[in-house]
Amino acid sequence: MTVPEREAIALEAAAVRSETAVAEPLSLWLDRRRLLIGAAVIAGLVAPLVVANFTIFQLTMVMIYGLAILGLNLLTGFNGQFSLGHSAFYGIGAYTAAILMSRSADLAYYWTLPCAGAVCFIVGIALGLPALRLQGLYLALATFALAVALPQLLKSHLLEGMTGGVQGIVIDKPDPPPGLPINADQWLYYFTFAVLLIMFAAAAGLVRSHTGRAIMAIRDHPIAAAAMGINTARYKTLTFGVSALYTGIAGALGAIVVQFVAPDSFNFLLSINFLVGLIVGGIGSIPGSLFGGVFVLFVPNIAEKVSTGLSGAVYGVILLLLIFLMPSGAAGFVRRTAAWLARLKRAANTEPIGRSTR
Amino acid sequence: MEQLLQQVVAGLATGAIYATMALAVVMVYQAIDHLNFAQGELATFSTFLAWQMIEWGWSYWAAFAITVAISFVIGVAIDRILFRPVRNAPILSQLVAFIALFSILNSSDGEIWNFTIKSFPTPFGTKPLFGSGLISTHQAGMVVVTLVMLVLLYLFFRGSRLGLAMRAAAANPEAARLVGIRVGWMIALGWGLSTAIGAVAGMLIAPVVFLDPNMMLGVLLYGFAGAVLGGLSSPGGAVLGGFAVGIIENLAGTFIPFVGQELKLTVALIVIVAVLMVRPAGIFGRVAVSRV
Amino acid sequence: MKQITRRTVLATAPTAIALAALPVRAAKQYDPGVTDSEIKIGNTAPYSGPASNYSTIWKCEAAYFNMINAEGGINGRKINFISYDDAYSPPKTVEMTRKLVEQDQVFAIAGGAGTPTNTAIWKYMNQHEVPQLFVATGATKWDDPKGHPWTIGFQPNYQSEGRIYAAYILQNKPDGKVGVLYQNDDFGKDYLKGVKDGLGAKAASMIKVEATYETTDPTVDSQVVNIKAAGCDVFINTAINKFAAQAIRKAAEIEWQPLHILSGIGNSLAGTLKPAGLEASKGLVTDFFLKDPTDPQWKDDAGYKWWLGFMNEWYPEGDKNDALNVFGPTAAATIVQVLKACGDELTRANVMKQAANLHELSLPMLLPGITINTSPTDFAPIKQVQLARFDGERWQLFGSLISGQLPA
Repeated sequence: MTVPEREAIALEAAAVRSETAVAEPLSLWLDRRRLLIGAAVIAGLVAPLVVANFTIFQLTMVMIYGLAILGLNLLTGFNGQFSLGHSAFYGIGAYTAAILMSRSADLAYYWTLPCAGAVCFIVGIALGLPALRLQGLYLALATFALAVALPQLLKSHLLEGMTGGVQGIVIDKPDPPPGLPINADQWLYYFTFAVLLIMFAAAAGLVRSHTGRAIMAIRDHPIAAAAMGINTARYKTLTFGVSALYTGIAGALGAIVVQFVAPDSFNFLLSINFLVGLIVGGIGSIPGSLFGGVFVLFVPNIAEKVSTGLSGAVYGVILLLLIFLMPSGAAGFVRRTAAWLARLKRAANTEPIGRSTR
Repeated sequence: MEQLLQQVVAGLATGAIYATMALAVVMVYQAIDHLNFAQGELATFSTFLAWQMIEWGWSYWAAFAITVAISFVIGVAIDRILFRPVRNAPILSQLVAFIALFSILNSSDGEIWNFTIKSFPTPFGTKPLFGSGLISTHQAGMVVVTLVMLVLLYLFFRGSRLGLAMRAAAANPEAARLVGIRVGWMIALGWGLSTAIGAVAGMLIAPVVFLDPNMMLGVLLYGFAGAVLGGLSSPGGAVLGGFAVGIIENLAGTFIPFVGQELKLTVALIVIVAVLMVRPAGIFGRVAVSRV
Repeated sequence: MKQITRRTVLATAPTAIALAALPVRAAKQYDPGVTDSEIKIGNTAPYSGPASNYSTIWKCEAAYFNMINAEGGINGRKINFISYDDAYSPPKTVEMTRKLVEQDQVFAIAGGAGTPTNTAIWKYMNQHEVPQLFVATGATKWDDPKGHPWTIGFQPNYQSEGRIYAAYILQNKPDGKVGVLYQNDDFGKDYLKGVKDGLGAKAASMIKVEATYETTDPTVDSQVVNIKAAGCDVFINTAINKFAAQAIRKAAEIEWQPLHILSGIGNSLAGTLKPAGLEASKGLVTDFFLKDPTDPQWKDDAGYKWWLGFMNEWYPEGDKNDALNVFGPTAAATIVQVLKACGDELTRANVMKQAANLHELSLPMLLPGITINTSPTDFAPIKQVQLARFDGERWQLFGSLISGQLPA
């Protein structure tokens, strides 16, 4: 991103933040937020007990996509590095899990997550280093190269023995731990839910820490940040690695839940999907990533219901409407509405400061 | 050695396809500072329009001229109607608008004109050029037209007032407004130009690859790669980049043993990324230096 | 066996008479998705995304089911055909298939598209014991009654076609140098494997170039130039329409005239040969199991006339040049046949039993002599193809029907 672009995002984020800061005391805002999060967690815990198996599957996929988008968010939203290559991290994570579970080690599914995360972290760092030299669309092309390379590599007969080539790998569904009165779908949901909570909390913690502030400073004013002593190279590379780790873990979960991996599922169109989900959810917003996951899973279905032949066109129209109505994504929209409501409340409550008697 | 020559020439021929697309990509990038994902689909749509006119019996050149004119208008209209409202949104939101446009066009093309491939006529004929088995007259014609377009654009931007105004609007919108340039319309003009160039590109490419709704997807990617390689701020660089991508890809596919065939595109992109490492703004691009 | 004495007859008489007075109810057995008035079947298909050009197959199938419904349905029950878009993406296929089975409660999944997509739901369908009927891909793996009793294939599989081409080459050009063009995914690799298996020990020495392409490649000109440069005089062109046409045209442009074998995937007269140039396509050899609707030799054929009437009345917006629109009604008719044969015993187990029990089923657009046959150990309904050569105007069928099945 160029300086004007970064400035635009930063100014926008600052403006919205300042609106809410002025509207209410900070402590009240935090409490309301905690209430909302608590309510969401409770809803999330209860959901699989009341809905059908198929919907549980869909909700699990929503969480997985949300986690993948959060990974992209860390890199693009919080650190300003544009990536079109996250489908590759998702795919690497998925294949790591698939290979470990079915071919070589017959590993239990829960161990594949840290392995996938570690592999992707390393790949992310390896990519982050050369990416330091690139900006904006040039970085986009480099990451795009990765997205294109992955399916070809997976299919090539160099790696065929390990990856199963074009036929892909079929994975067995994990069973719930013995003794629990839930079925396999519900168990996978709770497993994913737990992972989601941990990863989202970690991301929130990271963003609020001084590392997070450094990362965002690099996005907003890279030269000033460097002048202030922030090691931009180190933070940018690390962010690449962490971002890849998040999306890689999401990929591993995806493989386990779908029970199948094939090379052409992880092409650059998936990257575009993640990007769209990120923007619609709200750049730089952690809960927005989850909304992005909802969008990526459900909107194509909605578009198809409207018209099977023109589902792509309907999808495009929905996307345009969303961007017109919510240019800063869902999170921005929520923030703006909250600020506007608070302003209304204040205007209704306050008396005029003074009355002119003249 | 002969195979090398053959592959280079074949690479030039396919590279001409990428070069025309790269030119359109750079055109709109100069105007709005971002990549238009829907470029390829707009070109495909324009080519379908031309095909439809030819089906109705109109002459090739009439269809060609009218299509270019309509495409220009469509480009301006898309900018004024779709992108003006989101001009102040974060850049990434505008990106989503491009993706939406892509989706709408691609889907509509398939629905209106179905997926059977269609031949598209060429004014250059398809005999082998000079009797050699390397390149056809049409492909040679494509190269010539691309270069001609490039020269015309160069003259327009350097030599005419309107071109100067457009460059000013893109370089420094605030200052341009202050001297009375209507920046909004300059951007719309940039859009119109790029859509028109895209239409020409589509009509040149279709005879080679056959017309179908998914015709331009791969071409846009290669065109984008070529534009980045050459430098997004340099139309000449973009054209050269397009040719280079075609040649690199062919050579990679032929001469890298064992995996060349399967990983052609990957290798080409790796080469481009390697070049970008050395010249981060493309070979001919100018690195933007910003004041702190 | 109990002795039927006069006493037992008299004893049971009142009950028998009472029972006889009731309307005779046949033993109706229904699995989910079936009622007295409807049978719900479904599938997922690529209505959007890179493979969306195939979507016309299922639109055509839907039209066929509409026709059957208008004629009274299957044994009085209307077909309720639900088809969802999966954009050729396996995760979406899994999601939509689960929706069909668990939410919409369909009776069976019929004619789903694609190899990776069907592989993704393979285990699920067999675990849940839901029929995965007449999968619309030519992968060899679907013919596996023992391992996957709930899944059955449909068309001649790609490997068997590859073997047939190899056999033809060994017969007609035994010391040829072979170049193969194939798409870098499952069906392309299946063709290549079939060719290699068919050439057997001579494969390594005969095959000089194995050139691949991706669907995002603009042209395959470079691959064709390479194959010619390697000195090949046999060209196996297994590409889809667009790339097959490009290859045919490029070969003519560079004045290369190999023994040019075109696969069943890309051999439509209007879809491939016309754009490539009819003159350039002279001498091409391919295999068919369906009639090419653009071939004038079928003009007065009863089956073709039926098909034309069907398209005009039930699917007028469909492209009559598209061979996919011949595949659609053929697959649909097979599904209808199986459901009809179930009678009132509409259980999933019975569907598989009937599907494994098709004998000499002849359909309007199958080539004369080709019939559909299955058995409990044979899950490959269409095995036979016939070779054809293009004479500049139309495909001339020659030789006898060939079965691509390896001897069991």
